[in-house]
Amino acid sequence: MRSLARTKRPLLPTIPPSTLTRTPKWNSTTTPTTNQPNSASTPTYTPLHSILIANRGEIALRVTRTASAQGIRTTTLYTDPDAHSQHALSSPFALNLGSTDQYLNGARIITLAKEHNCQAIHPGYGFLSENAGFAKACEAEGVKFIGPPWKAIEAMGDKARSKEIMGKAGVPCIPGYHGGNQDPAFLAQQAESIGYPVLLKAVKGGGGKGMRIVRDASEFDQRLDSAKSEARSSFGDEVMLVEKYILTPRHIEVQIFADAHGNCLALGERDCSIQRRHQKILEESPAPNLAEEIRQDLWEKARQAALAVGYQGAGTVEFIFDNETGQFFFMEMNTRLQVEHPVTEMVTGLDLVAWQFLVAEGKPLPLTQAEVEQRIKDRGHAIEARIYAEDPSRDFAPSTGTLLHLRTPTTSETVRIDAGFVQGDEVSAHYDPMIAKLIVSAPSREQTLRKMVQVLEEYEVVGPVTNIEFLKRVCGSPAFGRGEVETGFIRKFEGELFGRGEVAGEVWVQGAIGLWEAEQRGHSGGDVSGSGGTQQILGFGGSGAIPQAREFRLVEVISDPLAASPTPTIVKLVKTGPSTFEVSVGREDGEGEGEGEGESYTVTSSWNPSTNTLRSFFPGTRLDTTIILTPPSPSSPNSSQLTLSLFHHGALYTLSPLPPRWASKALFGGSHEDPTHSVVTPMPCKILRVEVPVGDVVKRGQVLVVVESMKMEMVLRAPGRGCG
Amino acid sequence: MATPIFTRTLRYLPRRTKHPAQRLHPRTLATYTSPHQAAQLSILPTTVDPNSQTYRDNAAAMGQLNANLTRLHAEAAKGGPEKARQKHIQRGKMLVRDRVTALIDPGTSFLELSALAGHGVYEEEVAGAGIVTGIGEVEGVMCMIVANDSTVKGGTYYPLTVRKHLRAQEIAQQNRLPCLYLVDSGGANLPHQADVFPDRDHFGRIFYNQARMSAQGIPQISVVMGPCTAGGAYVPSMSDESIIVQEQGTVFLAGPPLVKAATGEEVSAEDLGGGKLHSEVSGVTDYLAVDDAHALVLARRCIANLNYPISPSSSQKQSWKEPLYPPTELDGLVGTNLKQSLPMHEIIARLVDGSAFAEFKPLYGSTLLTGFAHIQGHPVGIIANNGILFSESSLKGAHFIQLCCKRKIPLVFLQNISGFMVGKDAERGGIAKNGAKLVTAVACAEVPKFTVLIGSSAGAGNYGMCGRAYSPRFLWSWPTARTSVMGAEQLEAVMKAVGRKVDVGLKERIERESQVEFGTARLWDDGVVVPSQTRQVLGMGLRAAMGGSVEEKKTEFGVFRM
Repeated sequence: MRSLARTKRPLLPTIPPSTLTRTPKWNSTTTPTTNQPNSASTPTYTPLHSILIANRGEIALRVTRTASAQGIRTTTLYTDPDAHSQHALSSPFALNLGSTDQYLNGARIITLAKEHNCQAIHPGYGFLSENAGFAKACEAEGVKFIGPPWKAIEAMGDKARSKEIMGKAGVPCIPGYHGGNQDPAFLAQQAESIGYPVLLKAVKGGGGKGMRIVRDASEFDQRLDSAKSEARSSFGDEVMLVEKYILTPRHIEVQIFADAHGNCLALGERDCSIQRRHQKILEESPAPNLAEEIRQDLWEKARQAALAVGYQGAGTVEFIFDNETGQFFFMEMNTRLQVEHPVTEMVTGLDLVAWQFLVAEGKPLPLTQAEVEQRIKDRGHAIEARIYAEDPSRDFAPSTGTLLHLRTPTTSETVRIDAGFVQGDEVSAHYDPMIAKLIVSAPSREQTLRKMVQVLEEYEVVGPVTNIEFLKRVCGSPAFGRGEVETGFIRKFEGELFGRGEVAGEVWVQGAIGLWEAEQRGHSGGDVSGSGGTQQILGFGGSGAIPQAREFRLVEVISDPLAASPTPTIVKLVKTGPSTFEVSVGREDGEGEGEGEGESYTVTSSWNPSTNTLRSFFPGTRLDTTIILTPPSPSSPNSSQLTLSLFHHGALYTLSPLPPRWASKALFGGSHEDPTHSVVTPMPCKILRVEVPVGDVVKRGQVLVVVESMKMEMVLRAPGRGCG
Repeated sequence: MATPIFTRTLRYLPRRTKHPAQRLHPRTLATYTSPHQAAQLSILPTTVDPNSQTYRDNAAAMGQLNANLTRLHAEAAKGGPEKARQKHIQRGKMLVRDRVTALIDPGTSFLELSALAGHGVYEEEVAGAGIVTGIGEVEGVMCMIVANDSTVKGGTYYPLTVRKHLRAQEIAQQNRLPCLYLVDSGGANLPHQADVFPDRDHFGRIFYNQARMSAQGIPQISVVMGPCTAGGAYVPSMSDESIIVQEQGTVFLAGPPLVKAATGEEVSAEDLGGGKLHSEVSGVTDYLAVDDAHALVLARRCIANLNYPISPSSSQKQSWKEPLYPPTELDGLVGTNLKQSLPMHEIIARLVDGSAFAEFKPLYGSTLLTGFAHIQGHPVGIIANNGILFSESSLKGAHFIQLCCKRKIPLVFLQNISGFMVGKDAERGGIAKNGAKLVTAVACAEVPKFTVLIGSSAGAGNYGMCGRAYSPRFLWSWPTARTSVMGAEQLEAVMKAVGRKVDVGLKERIERESQVEFGTARLWDDGVVVPSQTRQVLGMGLRAAMGGSVEEKKTEFGVFRM
């Protein structure tokens, strides 16, 4: 049946509608309805057989998934560092581009597409997706660009021009100056007339680059200079615009979809206010605490915006929403499928990539606006959390490394994971550090949030530092629960989101036993497969028996360079039988000696090496902990120490056994250097500024060097007092 | 639904006739016997009732003995007086038991030897004779660990310290165990020099053994964690590799006071023979450690680099079953009254794998039990007393030892013997000649022998059952063991019979001297074991003897007087 349909497919003028959506339930629109008046008269569809995906990572996999489901052959591209990445392996047709930056080589990609008989190119997001020149070149070369017409991209790509167009189309824009007069005095005067605070923004900018907030006139000049220099180094253009800065703004965007027949739908809005470094980490739909008439107005304005530029395909109209006044202003339009498109897919039950193919084939959109609204009402709410390899306590600096352990929640109709990595993959410094997107949906926001916390607790990553713990905190925050979102949310609730909790005694014990079991298992000849084994204290025992207790000095690994160094916790263990331990936990006192003696009890533990889990029966409870050991690697400054990652009751604890007391003398007394007292960048990077001169005495936490890597600036701080 | 035709066919079939001849002589086929059914042959039954009065009385009596021994062991394990221990810790040194713990692999057992050595022997208390010896696993290699306890009289060598050290070396040599010496000793205990210095089995023998063992390919590693003065200086110097702790360990033939007296030269201990000097200049030591813990990690690394065989014995089974009955019941079924015969089958049932004992000649000479079993997967031949030794039992024992030697099966002796049978009938039956056969067999057997003193160990029975003089690889006592040439009452009676004046309190003295605390303090055994741990201790001994590096010797028996 299936193979039959496939062989016939190119002959059919339409794709069976059931393949266009993610839910099998949907059968309400088997034929295009009233809102496609032209469809009957112009059935000039060009069915897609083969496409090239000019992207990488999860979005390449995402596009492949829908394409494969529809029998469209996909060809993927990869660069040298990506040769073994999942997207490259996902298709039998994979082409090597060579060096790292070649995903941006449009001309070469078009040539490859033609050579390998790909009718169309799907650009994903980022890279060439909003490059009007590329879209234009595709058209010229006869390769279909799966996206809007190049003219629409061009119109929306220039921030100042896009606002001009929007203003004419009746879409409200934020008060500001978008003109060509770049005289600093003139700009300052404009700022004055708009009223402080104002925002300075590079016209060609994006992703928070070349953007500065100016709170009053006194700091205007200095901020302008720094914004210009950043814009110059990032985009080679320093033209600035000045805008009203909204104090408690929300980022609300509308997903729109337009076809070649003049239809344009708003597929609901997304609230993406939870941002760090001006980049989104949590997105949801519908936006919470938003009056229905404002919502309708937003949708209407978004459609007007799209229609004003003759838009086709998937696009997003971003608005800035003033929480105080309920006003909203057009910010920009993203002329691509966005990272957070699954939120809309989950809340509407649609497959937007399938719709992209549909539009690319020249077919009309299969739903009406009313039908879309009904679907959202039926389905409720959806939230997406972006899981990044980054360290929230180091100002969300990207982190790299091998995914040593990856356990993901079970996916279902309501839990979706879009990931580009599997266990063992390397998160490299060359590309975006996003590991995955986790999307959940439920009938209400409250339920969705609850479920999100639950599935985040099931999401285990060891290797690079991730933001999962941070996401759990945000999702668990009462303010977020009440929908009190704004773009300054993370700053506003800093204390609650970044504060440190106490590590419970059981966690230390699990860490010590886990370390012992994971490292010693199968190591000793005494632990042969015999049922009894010989791990037992022999003799009349008492306190003098050998072996005596072994001491584990553990500390919590805290990457925050400004946090106080933690007090070691002492766990004393004696293994008294094949699976029993006598345990006591205490804290080391100031001198590092004569530690406080904690209470002592017996724990029965069993270690499962295939799942890396330790099941322990404490006097009062049973605890199951997943424990992953990361051996120290001298080449990686992130892990100069052996670390233990414990997933315990849905939270991640990172512990490290302190090096033995002799280590500093024995290893670093001579030619070696103690890595804890030296500054090493976490990854390959470019040095932007050196903040201290030679010979200066620096304080702990003082900024030493500013570097740039993975498109982000990072500061390296002094780990302690000293001079260089 | 049979058709009429079919029914008729059946009806007209000829009827089978039975032949009377076949019924008289039915052919017996080779019945399939399940291994489980076959195994039932060897499984020992039990009749122990843990609720019976005798059991409870026995358990209580044994509990008392155990409690006393636990107290003695705990006291001995403390080492020197509290003041000496605190001083030791303040110097940044680890206590000897912490050193041994850090040295051995986590999660493995340590088989301590003669922990009560020296108890009550000297005027002053010398806990554990000032030295900890035992077998432990280091990087998977079973090693002999010899560690001085400098909190006990400065770690000086008393006569029993020497004996304990030499006994550890003897065990290491016989079982080919690498030796690790954790040296922290002031050398010979001078007031006792006459019993420490000159004789064959005195101080000098330590270095003789080191040289011989090194020659035999048994590695000798030492860690200098304190002074090694005079003769002691040879321990690290005679080792294959040695490690020294800086500003703590010293090695010199004469210390600063003696040097000053001899040559007038004034020098500090560190400059005379400290770690830096010996590691950088003299080359006496090979590795310099910053503290005890560091030194022990280096020692572990030395062992890891020995390339020493660690494979288990090829005859050891990969997996085994624990005994069917709990070894903790041994307390209740043995008791302390040695006049009652011990239920030896019940004891064996709690020592061997799956309580399976393939008894050899069960119906002949039944006062000596012989048979094959496994302990933690190792095949063993068990010889256990179940009464007085008669001619038959001696012959059976000698026969069984021959079997085990031919088959390279180690022997386990479970002693509870008051002696060979005496009297007219016995002598006429040639008990002397037949007993001698057993003694010859025991003496000549080159398979590893293990002896456990469970109850009495008296007279020639001690010899026939592989007493200390017959060089078992290990000899352990139970708390109930009594070792003497004869029982105290008989001894007094004999003395009276031969007409000698009997000392006042002779019986009490003999009684006391036959007790386990007395013997173990004098190194007549390798330590007292908790009865319920006998199986683990034997298992570890068997692993030391049979696994890793093994010296194979062929048994040649002497003349068996027929």
